[in-house]
Amino acid sequence: MSSRPPTPPSAAPSSATWSGYLRPDGRKGIRNLVLVVYTVECAQHVAHAIAAGEEDTHVIGFSGCYDNAYAIRLLLALARHPNVGAVLAVGLGCEYTQPEKIATVVRDSGRPAEWFFIQQAGGTSRSIARGQETVRRLRAQIRTETPRVAMGFADLTIGAECGGSDGTSGLAGNPVVGAFFDRLVDAGGRAVFEETVEMIGLRDHLLRRAATASAAAQLAAAYEKAVRYCREVRQYSVSPGNFAGGLTTIEEKSLGAFAKGGSRPIQGVIRVAEAPRGPGLWILDSVPDPHFMQFGYTNPNDTEGIMDLISAGAQVVLFVTGRGSVIGSPVAPLLKVTGNSATFRALSEDMDFDASRVLTGEATLASAADELATLVAWIAGGEPSKPERLAHREYFIMYKHQETLSLTTGCRA
Amino acid sequence: MSPRAYLIAPGDNVATLLDDAPAGTTLLCVGAAGLPAPLVTGEAIAHGHKIAVAAIAAHAAVTKFGVRIGHATADIPGGAWVHLHNLASDLDERSATLDLASGAPTDTNSAYV
Repeated sequence: MSSRPPTPPSAAPSSATWSGYLRPDGRKGIRNLVLVVYTVECAQHVAHAIAAGEEDTHVIGFSGCYDNAYAIRLLLALARHPNVGAVLAVGLGCEYTQPEKIATVVRDSGRPAEWFFIQQAGGTSRSIARGQETVRRLRAQIRTETPRVAMGFADLTIGAECGGSDGTSGLAGNPVVGAFFDRLVDAGGRAVFEETVEMIGLRDHLLRRAATASAAAQLAAAYEKAVRYCREVRQYSVSPGNFAGGLTTIEEKSLGAFAKGGSRPIQGVIRVAEAPRGPGLWILDSVPDPHFMQFGYTNPNDTEGIMDLISAGAQVVLFVTGRGSVIGSPVAPLLKVTGNSATFRALSEDMDFDASRVLTGEATLASAADELATLVAWIAGGEPSKPERLAHREYFIMYKHQETLSLTTGCRA
Repeated sequence: MSPRAYLIAPGDNVATLLDDAPAGTTLLCVGAAGLPAPLVTGEAIAHGHKIAVAAIAAHAAVTKFGVRIGHATADIPGGAWVHLHNLASDLDERSATLDLASGAPTDTNSAYV
């Protein structure tokens, strides 16, 4: 925006290093997790019971019985995420989504993986016992065998999302994340933000930021699709809480949301389950493509958008919330930033970072972005974020249609 | 300290309140751009909400961040609260039907029976 000059390059906090986990595809993780994957809602209870109380064990899955290429690609991107060391896929035995195929693809990525059907394992209790034994064995294996490796900001992909936005999100929370993204990009890392339905009204701003003619074409196409989507489904990405917080129009919300993209050139558009094609700043298009089953919904809640960002390989996701939110995420830590000092005080156990100080003059955009970089390095080095500390692992994905990538290009198999 | 209004870009015709302000309050203007004259609230305005920094004619552009965020649906005097009752999106028709205080939808009320 005209009023926010690009922040100058700053090497100081973004030169931090810590010890990570080296994956066979060369990517580096900041956690070493066993993932339990259910392949239908009917297997969801058993999957959660297997993971309950187990250290470094998270649960994801897909609840639909009929399979969906988009959801399968998303599951596989999460199962081969840099923070994941091993996978146990658990099915009921009737569903279309195949746990054996998931285990095979994960093994092909060089990670240990196992699978079983609950119907063949003898029901709930035997499946839970078998799953617990498997998870403990896989965890012991990856703790012993995963090489440790030095990593820094150049090895990070970080996602940013906002939710529960109010009048401060566009003034403080998102601009601080944007200034941090500038530092991450300058350090050679990958920065990803999404919500193209919250870029409505900003076509010219968006295209001006394109790094190349090809990026401009990708941005224009994603923008036109988002506009068409909102018009046809007659729903723009604003909620009652946004209005009560002082935002009046989608154009106004878009301007605030776009501030989290900082000031560096945009390299292009990626889709759900696709990793950035190189370093720099990227936009994730999670809006469904038009399809014979109609558009369906785009991100129906914050958690769905966060899982999309993690599917792009984000090891950390920054979540900006003015009004306050108490969600977390499996697979990658969520870190909560608020630009509202009252929210920071009221929800102190849930909020990681207070960006409101840039509004009171206690901090500058640059000093706040440096502090945020220091906090990100600390979380990347193994300290739990507030949502991790509270064991928040909200998870949601759904049926959607996006043009099919091959199942391997999404995740650098 | 007086309640504050944050003006983002020079030329914006709305500013964002950083504190709650009753009617008749002279606001402390902060942000990237200054204001030519003192800004006084014409009515009570809540933290996070917008105030017109000058009169805005019906149908005229409402500008924040230096960008058009919609159009006035009524003549708005300087100092007035600018929200769903006098500002509409150029794109989103549903916003005009929302409850002014809570932002809650009213067009699906018939489903709550």
